[in-house]
Amino acid sequence: MAEKYNITVRGCDLFYGDFQALKDINIDIEEHEVTAFIGPSGCGKSTFIKTFNRMNDLIEDCRITGEILIGGQNIYAKGTDVTLLRKNIGMVFQKPNPFPMSIYDNIAFAPRTFGIKKKSELDDIVESSIKQAGLWDEVKDRLRKNAMGLSGGQQQRLCIARALAADPKILLMDEPTSALDPISTGIIEDLINELKTQYTIVIVTHNMQQATRISDKTAFFLLGEIVETDVTEQLFGNPKDKRTENYITGRFG
Amino acid sequence: MENHKRQILKYAAAKRVAQAALLLTLAALTAVIIFVLIRGLPHINMQLLFGNYGKEPSIKPALVGTLYLILIAISVAAPIGIGSAIFLTEYTNSKSRIIRIIRIATETLAGIPSIVYGIFGYLVFVVALGFRYSLIGGGITLAIMILPVIVRSTEESLLAVPRSLREGSFALGSSKVRTIFSVVLPCAASGIVTSLILAIGRVMSESAVLILTIGMVVNKMPEGIFSPGTSLALNVYYFGSHGYPEQAAATGVVLLILVVSINILATVLGKVFGKGELANG
Repeated sequence: MAEKYNITVRGCDLFYGDFQALKDINIDIEEHEVTAFIGPSGCGKSTFIKTFNRMNDLIEDCRITGEILIGGQNIYAKGTDVTLLRKNIGMVFQKPNPFPMSIYDNIAFAPRTFGIKKKSELDDIVESSIKQAGLWDEVKDRLRKNAMGLSGGQQQRLCIARALAADPKILLMDEPTSALDPISTGIIEDLINELKTQYTIVIVTHNMQQATRISDKTAFFLLGEIVETDVTEQLFGNPKDKRTENYITGRFG
Repeated sequence: MENHKRQILKYAAAKRVAQAALLLTLAALTAVIIFVLIRGLPHINMQLLFGNYGKEPSIKPALVGTLYLILIAISVAAPIGIGSAIFLTEYTNSKSRIIRIIRIATETLAGIPSIVYGIFGYLVFVVALGFRYSLIGGGITLAIMILPVIVRSTEESLLAVPRSLREGSFALGSSKVRTIFSVVLPCAASGIVTSLILAIGRVMSESAVLILTIGMVVNKMPEGIFSPGTSLALNVYYFGSHGYPEQAAATGVVLLILVVSINILATVLGKVFGKGELANG
């Protein structure tokens, strides 16, 4: 992979069988910024974020055309190492999905996948990743306990730590707080603000207030298309497209 | 109003009938257990359990034979069955036609009468392969018999592992193999172990397959897996039909206790393993 981790998408179409879920998507995502995707359910924003780490490979009869460049390289080109791509692009899902194993083993999962076996090295990665996710004080005494015993918000931060342990450059978050209470949501939003200094973050959110609180740029999706992309304050304060205005003022969706 | 009253009476009657049916079921079950215990328990003694087969019969050869059969059947059926289930759930599209046909075929295999497996074992292992009557021939036939059960229940355990865990693993850059071995199988372990234990129960209770394949040599200790032998269930049949009704009942008790313990063990293990795991998954 290249040194730079900006994302450039040109003319991206995506089909599930005969159904076209994404239509001619074009967008530029800059490094060390938080880009939010907003839009009503079923508009394709979750589908789109999954194209960046090729999670849609897992879905049968999903077909994609156009170009998605990360650091200038087409990630759908033949010979792309998907494993390495997913190591460099971490993902946090809508519902916390810790593995039913110890907290330590959850975090050490990706490093072990990539051949790190030395205990001291793993210990360091586990500690620093959990610290980055702001979970250290809550779990440092029970690293060997099963991760399923954590609360929902803690589980989600564990999943963030687990993704960070792979040493990614980009962090994708697919509605990471939609299953959480307001306090846990606030903690994770603060966390995102801290993490953006080191990572490029793309977040799908249902919550427009959340987008205004945490993102630098926002893209508004509707029926598989990007209607408008702009600096977040611009998009919410002074939308150029009538449909964007209707959506953010709550007239539909 | 009259109508309404009649309805209520009808419901009450239906409830009573169902209750009576349940009582009958329970009564039949307890009758079997109590009868076998009363007839068999007084005849269980050290000679029968661990003595040498001389003037007085012993089930020591049967205990050893049963153990051999379990080991052979499980060590053959477990890897093949679990492997097939992994292939079916993780590597194929469950909606495809071939997979559906395979699934129907496995279910049909599970429904074949065991004596048919017995005659297959006899023709293949005893006659065609020239094993003669042997524990290995019987064990492999039993393995074939329990395979569909193991495949089916392992498949169910694997399907119960939430998709989100597989996605989580893939998103961290794991290969399919690592995902299966490090995430999916550990999550499904309790279900798989439970199904293997239940399969052991079936192996212990089976007799029809063994009548045709292992020779029913009740009075000699098996010398190895290629030697003929006997099993507990087979001994019940032998004792019963050769003028040892007390020993038959006593062996029945031993078999009953073992099978019940196996089933309890399966339930307990399922619960213990199942805890915490997938609780929020």
